Amino acid sequence: MADVFADLVGQEEAVDILRRAAAGAVAILDGSGTGSAMTHAWIFTGPPGSGRSVAARALAAALQCATGVGCGECTGCRTTLGGTHADVRMVTPDGLSIGVNEMRALVLRAASAPTGGRWQVVVIEDADRLTEQAGNALLKAIEEPPPRTVFLLCTPSTHPDDISVTIRSRCRVVTLRQPPAAAVASVLVSRDGVEADTAAWAGAAAQGHVGRARRLARDADARRRREAVLAVPRRLTGVGACFDAASALIEAAEAEAEAAVAEADTAERTALETALGAGGTGRGASGAIRGAAGQLKDLEKRQKSRATRAQRDALDRALVDLAGFYRDVLVRTMAAPVAPVHTDATSLAEAAARKWSPDDALRRLEAVLECRTAIEANVKPRIAVEAMMLSLWN
Amino acid sequence: MTGGLSSIQLVLGDEELLVARAVDKAVAAAKEADAATDVRQYDANALAAGELAEMVSPSLFGGRRLIVVRGGQDARKDVVTALLDYAKHPDPDVTLIVTHTGGGRAKALADGLRTAGAEVVTAAKLKSHRDRVAFVREELRRGSTRGSEEAAEALLAAVGNDLRELAAACSQLLADVEGRIDAATVARYYRGRAEVSGFTVADAAMVGDVPGALEALRWALHVGVDPVPIADAIADGVRTVARVASAGRGNAYQMASSLGMPAWKIERAQRQARGWSPEGLVAAMRAAADCNAEVKGGADDRGYALERVVFAVAAARNGDSGRSGQGGPGRTDGDGTGRPTDARAAARAAAAGRGATGTRRPGGSR
Repeated sequence: MADVFADLVGQEEAVDILRRAAAGAVAILDGSGTGSAMTHAWIFTGPPGSGRSVAARALAAALQCATGVGCGECTGCRTTLGGTHADVRMVTPDGLSIGVNEMRALVLRAASAPTGGRWQVVVIEDADRLTEQAGNALLKAIEEPPPRTVFLLCTPSTHPDDISVTIRSRCRVVTLRQPPAAAVASVLVSRDGVEADTAAWAGAAAQGHVGRARRLARDADARRRREAVLAVPRRLTGVGACFDAASALIEAAEAEAEAAVAEADTAERTALETALGAGGTGRGASGAIRGAAGQLKDLEKRQKSRATRAQRDALDRALVDLAGFYRDVLVRTMAAPVAPVHTDATSLAEAAARKWSPDDALRRLEAVLECRTAIEANVKPRIAVEAMMLSLWN
Repeated sequence: MTGGLSSIQLVLGDEELLVARAVDKAVAAAKEADAATDVRQYDANALAAGELAEMVSPSLFGGRRLIVVRGGQDARKDVVTALLDYAKHPDPDVTLIVTHTGGGRAKALADGLRTAGAEVVTAAKLKSHRDRVAFVREELRRGSTRGSEEAAEALLAAVGNDLRELAAACSQLLADVEGRIDAATVARYYRGRAEVSGFTVADAAMVGDVPGALEALRWALHVGVDPVPIADAIADGVRTVARVASAGRGNAYQMASSLGMPAWKIERAQRQARGWSPEGLVAAMRAAADCNAEVKGGADDRGYALERVVFAVAAARNGDSGRSGQGGPGRTDGDGTGRPTDARAAARAAAAGRGATGTRRPGGSR
């Protein structure tokens, strides 16, 4: 098996920094050097799908690695990558935000000494979802860290909207770039055994998102959804059609999110109910579940937050595909020597480019991006998408 | 017998005021028949079956008794059985009144009493507007005063739909006013609008009635409607008109299934759709979407964001591109006081009677 950094596609510079950090960490552990390449807090930034959390995991594994380089074979590496290492704590929010209570509990755990004698590692995926209070709680720990504790944060950027400047100023930043389509395609071929032309198409269509490229190459549903989204520009023939298209897009996102969370929801609920003593028979069985309503309500609240997030994510994927199309049109109208995102929709983009001026194409592209911003700002998705569709038509 | 009062009465319904009135009326009738009537009231859920037997058994000193059992829907099973048993052989000296919402745990009690021949007094909630108008007029008539339909409408708009408050307002009016009560009389004592929703604002905005929409908006904010549902209602108004207008002319009932909305909504949207161009709808929808972001934290003043969207929608309807019409709400405000940004200022404006006249309805006759 390749070493732990092999999963980072097209990120040679970042991998180099991380290898030196791992070597520095070894130097600190055996006291042979100052280990200046290593520090206690890192921020991984980069566009979605570039592998921020993969990079964080890889560094965590290299820190726990018995050989110190991230061999990918020792117990330390394998348990870290598998998410079972005792000294590695992963925070993967599936809701809309990471609350202060969760972060306080985590900071408390992070203060303990590593049981394995190496490092206590805390990985926070989606650190941009930290609430302000949660960020402040974390800041206290990052300001005065215990000697063997390492914080690894992942955010899209170091913009103050994503991560507070006070946290950012105490961390070393590793910037990941959008992996080139060719690199993504070659990974799909070499690791997933996808055919070369399918891989090339998926690599381009996913716009540097490795996971999405894999899903497009292997999941028929994902391909079908993408095709439906790319058909949208042609369907916008009037005001009514705009609303129909918006409705279809929202419903598709809802259905996708529903399918993604429904199974987990029921399983969690059943598990909690069983733990609280539901379905029991005999004396006192009905009394046991009576006080459980509050806990079930809490669970429902968490599940609702997760469902909302899943729905927004699904919608966002569709909007990114749509933005890619208008970008292609813009590229065509400018006759720029840039590769298209949607290699299978070039004829459609060509036709649109003949009809629209660069201004028109840019205005439409911006309408899609505005819609993404609006949904992030908590505008009702239906209203935001409807306004976008009307802008795309007019 | 107790003056024509049947020995078992079932007050069926969940409108508290009507229930209380029915019970009071029965008590008054019993007292009239025999001033020494012993009146006792019980809560059904605190009642035990044995207590009931004690209540209805003859007293050593004789005399009439009136027993009120409140909240019959919460009675325990054994109490229900005891009450139904008693209903089969009622004591002529005892009048039993059971109040019951009609549903609840002891639903069988209501049905059982009815079949046992109890007199049923309905006290259901008044659901339709027409019923409430009739209630107000009846209320005024009880004071031997005639109230016009407009007066009832005005009172409903100003006081709201709560029957207790309506009854109190009516009795106050009766005490203050000599002679006939009409809309002007009501307007002298009651101003403003108690129940305004975002849809009132949206409906006025969609027909281009800026003063009406702003007035409704102020009242809505003043009575505590959250800006978010108002913004949603405005977006919904634009959406409905756009979808109905693009579906073309046709029978509302036939279009109902294809558009997925009720026929009355389509008919109203067809009326509102006059004067809208597709470009106007695009501008209006964009304004509505911007407003949606603004009321969710994008703007410092959510009320102002809503006022702006009302202007933007009206401007979009008039073929303006939607931006130039937002010159400033103060200009067309009418009262010249600028916009009351907090509740107190709005209340002051309302108290001074400058904000609005309570009876005015958007698009109605003035």
